Amino acid sequence: MTDETTQPAVAEEEQVTDARTSPPQEPADGPTVPPQEPADVGSALPAPPADWSNPLRDPQDRRLPRVAGPSGLVIFGVTGDLSRKKLMPAVYDLANRGLLPPGFSLVGFARRDWEDQDFAQVVHDAVKEHARTPFREEVWQQLSEGMRFIPGDFDDDAAFEALRAAVEELDASRGTSGNYAFYLSVPPKFFPKVVEQLKKHGLADAPEGSWRRAVIEKPFGHDLRSAEELNAIVHEVFDPEQVFRIDHYLGKETVQNILALRFANQMFEPIWNRSFVDHVQITMAEDIGIGGRAGYYDGIGAARDVIQNHLLQLMALTAMEEPASFDAASLLTEKLKVFRAVQLPEDLGRHTVRGQYAGAWQGGAKVRGYLEEEGIDPASTTDTYAAIKLGIDNRRWAGVPFYLRTGKRLGRRVTEIAVVFQRAPHSPFDSSATEELGQNAIVIRVQPDEGMTVRFGSKVPGTSMELRDVTMDFAYGESFTESSPEAYERLILDVLLGDANLFPRHQEVEESWKILDPIEEYWASHGRPAQYASGSWGPAEADEMLARDGRSWRRP
Amino acid sequence: MKIDLTDTTASKVNKALVQGRRAIGTPAVGMVLTMVIVTDEENAYDAIKAAEEASHEHPSRTLVVIKRHARTPRERTHSRLDAEVRVGSEAGTGETVVLRTYGEVSEHADSVVLPLLLPDAPVVVWWPSDAPANPSKDPLGALGQRRITDLYAVENPMDVLETRRRTYAPGDTDLAWTRLTLWRSMLAAALDQARATVTSAAVEAEADNPAAELLARWLEARLRVPVDRVVTEGPVVTAVRLGTADGEVVIDRPEGPLATLTLPGQPARRLALKVRATSELIAEELRRLDADEMYAVALRGEHTEETPAHV
Repeated sequence: MTDETTQPAVAEEEQVTDARTSPPQEPADGPTVPPQEPADVGSALPAPPADWSNPLRDPQDRRLPRVAGPSGLVIFGVTGDLSRKKLMPAVYDLANRGLLPPGFSLVGFARRDWEDQDFAQVVHDAVKEHARTPFREEVWQQLSEGMRFIPGDFDDDAAFEALRAAVEELDASRGTSGNYAFYLSVPPKFFPKVVEQLKKHGLADAPEGSWRRAVIEKPFGHDLRSAEELNAIVHEVFDPEQVFRIDHYLGKETVQNILALRFANQMFEPIWNRSFVDHVQITMAEDIGIGGRAGYYDGIGAARDVIQNHLLQLMALTAMEEPASFDAASLLTEKLKVFRAVQLPEDLGRHTVRGQYAGAWQGGAKVRGYLEEEGIDPASTTDTYAAIKLGIDNRRWAGVPFYLRTGKRLGRRVTEIAVVFQRAPHSPFDSSATEELGQNAIVIRVQPDEGMTVRFGSKVPGTSMELRDVTMDFAYGESFTESSPEAYERLILDVLLGDANLFPRHQEVEESWKILDPIEEYWASHGRPAQYASGSWGPAEADEMLARDGRSWRRP
Repeated sequence: MKIDLTDTTASKVNKALVQGRRAIGTPAVGMVLTMVIVTDEENAYDAIKAAEEASHEHPSRTLVVIKRHARTPRERTHSRLDAEVRVGSEAGTGETVVLRTYGEVSEHADSVVLPLLLPDAPVVVWWPSDAPANPSKDPLGALGQRRITDLYAVENPMDVLETRRRTYAPGDTDLAWTRLTLWRSMLAAALDQARATVTSAAVEAEADNPAAELLARWLEARLRVPVDRVVTEGPVVTAVRLGTADGEVVIDRPEGPLATLTLPGQPARRLALKVRATSELIAEELRRLDADEMYAVALRGEHTEETPAHV
C-alpha cells in the first residue's frame, strides 16, 4: 500500500491549477488595493470565540510535536545556492517529520521563466539530493500541491501583483490564513527594493489575526552605520518583532546545548568565571577558499563575515549570565549585557591579527593563494584570517581574555569553543611528574563531530607518578544518533511558530558592529594582512599574539 | 563480534561484554538506556531487528530474554542460562545480549537482567507479544521506567485493553497508542485551522481495532462529545470525522499513506499519513521516558476535568 496514489494526485493537481488561473487577472489596477480581502477568503468560518483553545492539545501530551500553524513561506532568490542546498531540503525534512501544517505552501520568486511545475521539479531535485530524511512520495505529494512560482524582477510591479494574487489564492485554496514568512535569500543590496515592493503591494501588512514575517540572512550590513540603515529600512515595513535574522550557528544543537550545559547543570557553573578560567578560545576554521564568492567576499573579509555574527554570538552564549527565563527578551537582555561590557585591547596592533592565505599544498592538493584567486585584485587587503583578543569587563570575566579567530584554508573545517582553566594552584607532585600535564579544558565542539571534550590530567599506569592529559568525550553522534535536525530546519520552524529565541535581534547586530568597527578601522590604516600557507593554522603573527600573553592556540 | 556462552551467569556475561568492547576498540560507550525485550523464540528476530534500528537514534544495551520451554520432564528440572553477546556492527549502535533461560531460572529472569543493566541509565521493558496482565507488577516489568506492550499482538484486543485500563501504572504505554501519534497530531493541526467547537465525532476503522478504540476514547475525553465507532473494511483506522457548526472536519485515509483533509469552507488537501514500521514506533517510544499521562486518559476515556498528574 505505497504507490497506488499517483492517479488521484494528477487529477487534483489539474484542478488546483485551474482554480488559480483566474485570480492573477484582476490585480492590474495598482498597489492601493486594501489587504483585507485575503482574510475573508481564508476564513470562511465564523470568527471563533476569543478564548478558543484547541481541546486536542495539552501540555502533558508531549508526543504531539510543535506543528506550525497554517502558514506559507515565500522565498526570494529561490534559485540561489542556499535555497537549493539548505532551505528547500529543510522544508521537506520538516514536512517529512510531520511538523508543517496541512496546506503549507511554498512560493518561489526569481528571475526565471518558469511555471509552477518547473519550480516543483527544481525543488524535487534539490530535496532528493540534499534532504536529510529519506524521500517519500506521499510527503512530496502533500508538499508539491502548495508550490507556486512567480517569475519576475524585484522592481517589476506586475510580478509583485502576481505574488499578491498567489498569496490570496493560497489563502483560499490551501487555508494558509494570511500567515506568510518572506525569506529574503538575496544579496543585501536588494533588501531595500524587496521590502519596499512588499509594502507597496500590501504584502507586508498582516490581515487582522494573522502575521507577516521577514527572514533575512547575513551580512547585516558591513559596519554600524550600514547595519543601522538596513535595520531602519526593514523595520519601516516590518515590526522589529517580526524580523528574523538567521544566524544558522544558533540553530545548531551544540550551540543550544551551551545554555543547557551551563544552566541545567551544577558542576560547570561554579568554575565558569575568572577565579578558575584562564582564557577562552573560540575558533571557526574552514578548509575551503572563497570559491566563487569573490564578488561578495573581497572587501568584506573574515572578520565581518564570521566574527561579527557567529563568533560574537558564541562568545555571548559562553559568557552571559543566566537569563531570567528561556525566552527571546530575557536572552536578548543577557547577550546585550555581554556585548556592552566588551573591552577592546588598547594596542590593536599587538592584539589583533589578520592574514591572507597564500598558495601551498593543502591536504594533498595544490591550491591558489587568495591574491591569485579569480576576480580578486592582486593588491587586495581583504582578510581571510582574523584573530582578535577581547576582554569582558564584568565581575565574572574581568581579566579573562577571549581569543576569537576565524579563517579560510586552514588545517581542517572545525568550529569549537575552548574554555581553558588555570593550572592547579599547588602541585604536590614534583615537576618531572607533571611535565606533560597541560591545562584543564572544556571544549564544546560545535561542528563537525558535535559534542564536548573535557581535558584533564591522569596518572600514567605502571609508572611511579607521571601525569598526562587525557580526554573524556561526549559525542552527540553516540548519545543521540541521527535525530539532530539541521540548523535550518529548526530555524524555519521557529520562524513559522514565531519563536525568536534563536535569532539575533537588531540591537545585538548593532552592538557587535560597535565591537568590530574600531578594529576594521585600525586595519584599514595600518599595514597589510600577513600571509599564511594554505592548510596551516594561520599566520605566525597570530601565534606571536598569544605568545605575548604567555599562551598558545589549541590545535583544534 | 559475537561471543557465545553456554550454562553461564550474569557476571560471565558482563565480562564478555567488556572483552567484546575491548576487542573492537571502543571501551567507552555513550549508551543512553537499557532496553529489555521479553519474548519467545518466534518473535525474537523481528523484535531484535526493530530494536537495533531504533538504536540508531537511541544507542542502547539491548537485553533479550527468551524463555525456552523444555520438552522433557528431566530438562524441566534442570536450570540453565545461555547467552549470546553481540557488540560492534552486529548490534546496531549499542550492544545486544540474547539470554535464553531453561527450567527454573526462567522464573527468576530478573536476577539475570539486574546485574546487566547499564549504570544510572533508564530501563525500558518491551513485550512484543504475551505481555503480563499487570506489567508494572511483573518482576521484569518492575525494573523499567517504561513498559511497552502491544495490543496488536494479542488474540482479543478489546478484553486486553480492559485489563490494561485496570492495571495501568505510570510508565505503561502501548504501541497501539504510539501508532496514533501522526493521526492525533494531524487532527490537532486540523482543529487549529478550523478553530471551531466540535459537537460530534466519529472514528471509522476495521472491526476490533484497539488503536481505533483508543483514538475514540481520547477524542471523547478531550472533546467531551460521544464518539461513534463506525466499522469499515480497514486497513486500521480509515477516517475520523469531527462535526462542527459549520460542517465536518474530516481526515480520510481509505488506503495507502496519503490521506485527505477536508475543512468546512475550504478545498480538500492531501496529507502524508503513513503506517509506520515497528522500529519507528519504538524510536518514538524511547524519545520520552517519563509517564505518558495522555495514554492513561485515552485508556480511561472519561471526561476528566484535567489531566491527572498521577494515578
